[in-house]
Amino acid sequence: MSALEKVLDQYNSRVYKNRKEHMVDIGNNENDNQIAANVRTIPGIITQRGCCYAGCKGVVLGPIKDALQIVHGPIGCSYYAWGTRRHKGKKEEGIDNFLQYSFSTDMQEPDIVFGGEKKLKQSITEAIDLFHPSTIFICSTCPVGLIGDDIHAVARWAETEYGIKCIAYSCEGYKGVSQSAGHHIANNQIMRFVIGEGDRQIKNKFSVNLLGEYNIGGDGWETERILKRIGYEVVSTFTGDSSMEDLKNAHLANLSLVQCHRSINYIAEMIEEKYGTPWMKVNFIGVKGTMETLRNIAKYFNDAELTRKTEEVIADEIGLIHDDMAYYKSKLKGKTAAIYVGGSRSHHYQFLLHDLGVNTVLAGYEFGHRDEYEGREVLPFIKPDADSKNIESITVEPDKEKYHLYLSEEEIGKLKEEKLIDYYGGLIKDMPDGTYMVDDLNHYETEEFLKVLKPDIFFSGIKDKFIAQKSGILSRQLHSYDYSGPYAGFRGAVNFARDVTMGIYTPAWSFVKAPWKTAPILEGTLGGE
Amino acid sequence: MLDYTKKEPYERTALRVNPAKTCQPVGAMYAALGVHECLPHSHGSQGCCAFHRMFLTRHFKDPAMAASSSFTEGASVFGGGSNLRTAAKNIFEIYNPKIIAVHTTCLSETIGDDLNEIIKSIDIPEGKFIVHTNTPSYKGSHITGFSNMVGSFISYLSVKTGKSNGKTALIPGFVNPGDMREMKKIARQMKVPFTMLPDTSGVMDSPMTGKFEMYPKGGTTVEEVIELGDCDQTLAIGKFSSEWGGQTLQKKCDVPYKLLSMPIGITQTDNFVMALQSISKAEVPYELEEERGQLVDILIDIHPYTYNKKVAIYGDPDTVIGLTEFVLEMGMIPKYVLTGTPGEAFENEVKGLFEKYGMKDCQVKAYGDLYELHQWIKNEGVDLLIGGTHGKHIARAEDIPFIRAGFPIIDRYVHSYMPLVGYKGGMRLAELITNALMDRQDRDSLEEDFEMVM
Ligand code: SF4
Ligand code: SF4
Repeated sequence: MSALEKVLDQYNSRVYKNRKEHMVDIGNNENDNQIAANVRTIPGIITQRGCCYAGCKGVVLGPIKDALQIVHGPIGCSYYAWGTRRHKGKKEEGIDNFLQYSFSTDMQEPDIVFGGEKKLKQSITEAIDLFHPSTIFICSTCPVGLIGDDIHAVARWAETEYGIKCIAYSCEGYKGVSQSAGHHIANNQIMRFVIGEGDRQIKNKFSVNLLGEYNIGGDGWETERILKRIGYEVVSTFTGDSSMEDLKNAHLANLSLVQCHRSINYIAEMIEEKYGTPWMKVNFIGVKGTMETLRNIAKYFNDAELTRKTEEVIADEIGLIHDDMAYYKSKLKGKTAAIYVGGSRSHHYQFLLHDLGVNTVLAGYEFGHRDEYEGREVLPFIKPDADSKNIESITVEPDKEKYHLYLSEEEIGKLKEEKLIDYYGGLIKDMPDGTYMVDDLNHYETEEFLKVLKPDIFFSGIKDKFIAQKSGILSRQLHSYDYSGPYAGFRGAVNFARDVTMGIYTPAWSFVKAPWKTAPILEGTLGGE
Repeated sequence: MLDYTKKEPYERTALRVNPAKTCQPVGAMYAALGVHECLPHSHGSQGCCAFHRMFLTRHFKDPAMAASSSFTEGASVFGGGSNLRTAAKNIFEIYNPKIIAVHTTCLSETIGDDLNEIIKSIDIPEGKFIVHTNTPSYKGSHITGFSNMVGSFISYLSVKTGKSNGKTALIPGFVNPGDMREMKKIARQMKVPFTMLPDTSGVMDSPMTGKFEMYPKGGTTVEEVIELGDCDQTLAIGKFSSEWGGQTLQKKCDVPYKLLSMPIGITQTDNFVMALQSISKAEVPYELEEERGQLVDILIDIHPYTYNKKVAIYGDPDTVIGLTEFVLEMGMIPKYVLTGTPGEAFENEVKGLFEKYGMKDCQVKAYGDLYELHQWIKNEGVDLLIGGTHGKHIARAEDIPFIRAGFPIIDRYVHSYMPLVGYKGGMRLAELITNALMDRQDRDSLEEDFEMVM
């Protein structure tokens, strides 16, 4: 029996059928490595997934530091999203930073019974009096959608009443099947109301947006440092350590770099359609990954001096980390890993692990779609179901004034054909045959796979971290990096290698079994000699 | 740090800024984890469940297992009955708990799912149980949710057979496993046979064995919950988190309850010990007297560093009341006392303490938030801040020494193993408080004033 069959074995037939479609024994199936993803979670299964609100407010909007974000709902949703995601944001002259605050309408029973719009309006008034924000976001939670508060009307009211920007996000938690729905809703509103409004002077033709980079542990800063060193201008980062001003100018860049595909591909595509800026899937995790990414970007801009500078920076950065990486590799070579996190990290981190001689035996996404697994070539074959149809999809037209091409249509066509731009190949192409890909890995499956595959490390989130550790397997959180980082780029690779090494070699592991459990019974007590 | 917080008072009626409470289900989930082989279940969309598990895990650094009904849009419109039925079937088949403890969320409350009816329609396997409680988060706080879940365990399960089992029901309130262990230790020392409900010790502080246990050794067993009906009395510890459980057991099984304050500090630990003594008539053992004497000794030793120091305390009502009384016993001034959980009783009780100790200019507020607390501090500073993790921004902004006590503590380790209650808990608090103040003195002293001995 394969590991996969062993895990599925205990399910009843209905669950078995459902879950089987979410698991792939790569290269060893009749299904052509096809996977089911972005569909409903089975009730009671103990999923690690979150909700639409978490994807919208928590992931995409959360890091925008100068938008005062009011969560319209009972207190919990706002409380849990307060400072718990590690998107760092620097104080900047002239730009508000509300990241340390949590704002909520803290709805009470009468608000649920009679409607909460009045309280929301009053909250906005109070927020303006106290904080004078230039921008307010309103995010709705489950009960708000049900009682039908019109948060969009309230947003329009706030704009006329106070002359500020106010954007509403109908991101109730029950929408869609995971965080993914929330990313989409956030993307739509940012596209509608933010991008394209700026007219900043872009000084450098090598201008890029960094999309799907949320600056967990300072990743965005490290990535930017490298890009700037080579000579790029980073117009905007979505949305790590970002300000409204940056986001408004995103359309001016000549290329969008997409780090987390799932959470932001909507914006990447719409920017291209409306403003002509193509996007490139990048990966700044791992030494080889970062190198390849930098070379791909240089290839797009196709400039001899830029290419030379790229190679120079790569050589210099690698020179600085070479010894450290070699040392850590000597400690980690031959170990195995399993990775189960949100979106792209389960893909990206395999490159970094590979740099260190660690092979990944199992990987999966919490809220990925089939394209993150199988590549964008499957897009035409994904049938929308009721849950995905409920999420609004917007279309955009080329903007007559602002549309611009950096390369000629012909050159773009060529790069597309080479799959250098507008393409994402997905996780599967980088996972060898005989490894496993599992979508929406639930608790039971986690426990079973860990038992069967016995990886040395399990990369996960907080909810499953201690499950692995209690079973004697090191776990590191890849959503929060266990409060370390950055892990991106060259220096980040060393941080990561150091953290994993200290986890594996921590002496406490050797004390798990008490000595008397394994020692022979005391001499002299036997037989009563 | 918190640069936008203004000194000038401002009356807010709608906007909540930096809350000092969270929603009911997380409390219900925590209570349910204190029943052996119980899987908490969140009836609503899965985000709530993810958030609550995440929060408990961050505080305890131990797995918080719970399932969800995983509503999508359809269930939100047509009701979640079929989701709960499917969930129950899957849970019993895959995770095999003895009991599922369902709590609602804002969503299922708003659509008005009738949990009683849905649970009646579920085929519950022989020897297994499902209980539920209603935890709409637009009322109360996580403390209300905890208290509701405890009440529901009792009203679903406890039975009076008419034959006393000679035990006392101990409802410990929303506290850490370390506190529960300490209360159990004292009850044993006082020779009072008891059942504690809930009891998360052994569950949320379970030892490392190299093997994950879905249902660790700890927790009140279902049988014990059933037999609570035959207890002679209940000690309900903490008005806000435990009185409802006591009342429920009284109503259902005629078990009288006595309400105690959280045994934090000397007076309330004394009261706890004496309440136990009035049950067992046992003498207070020397070990307890010794501990008490040690604590008093410590307080006298440290008084030069603590006396008249001003403190701001925030967190959950029962814990905050206990901490307030203890700092008063230490000769400190509880300048500001605040909880996020609504309830006038909190303010009255704290005002009573102010009066007892002759405190004139101290302020108390229930249903407040940390923005307001910060405003107060800006107007008149304090020497020490006590509360959960969320106060760290205030501590840094105002440069105030800060000790973490209560829930949640998501930026430190080990706290959940250590008690705040009992004389031992008092010693620990005294150490935390004095060290924080003395560290500050060291840090701030001029080089020529920097002392070797203090
Ligand atoms: S929806 Fe309600 S129950 Fe869920 S997290 Fe928000 S406040 Fe808590
Ligand atoms: S599922 Fe709904 S109620 Fe729960 S956290 Fe998400 S938005 Fe809030």
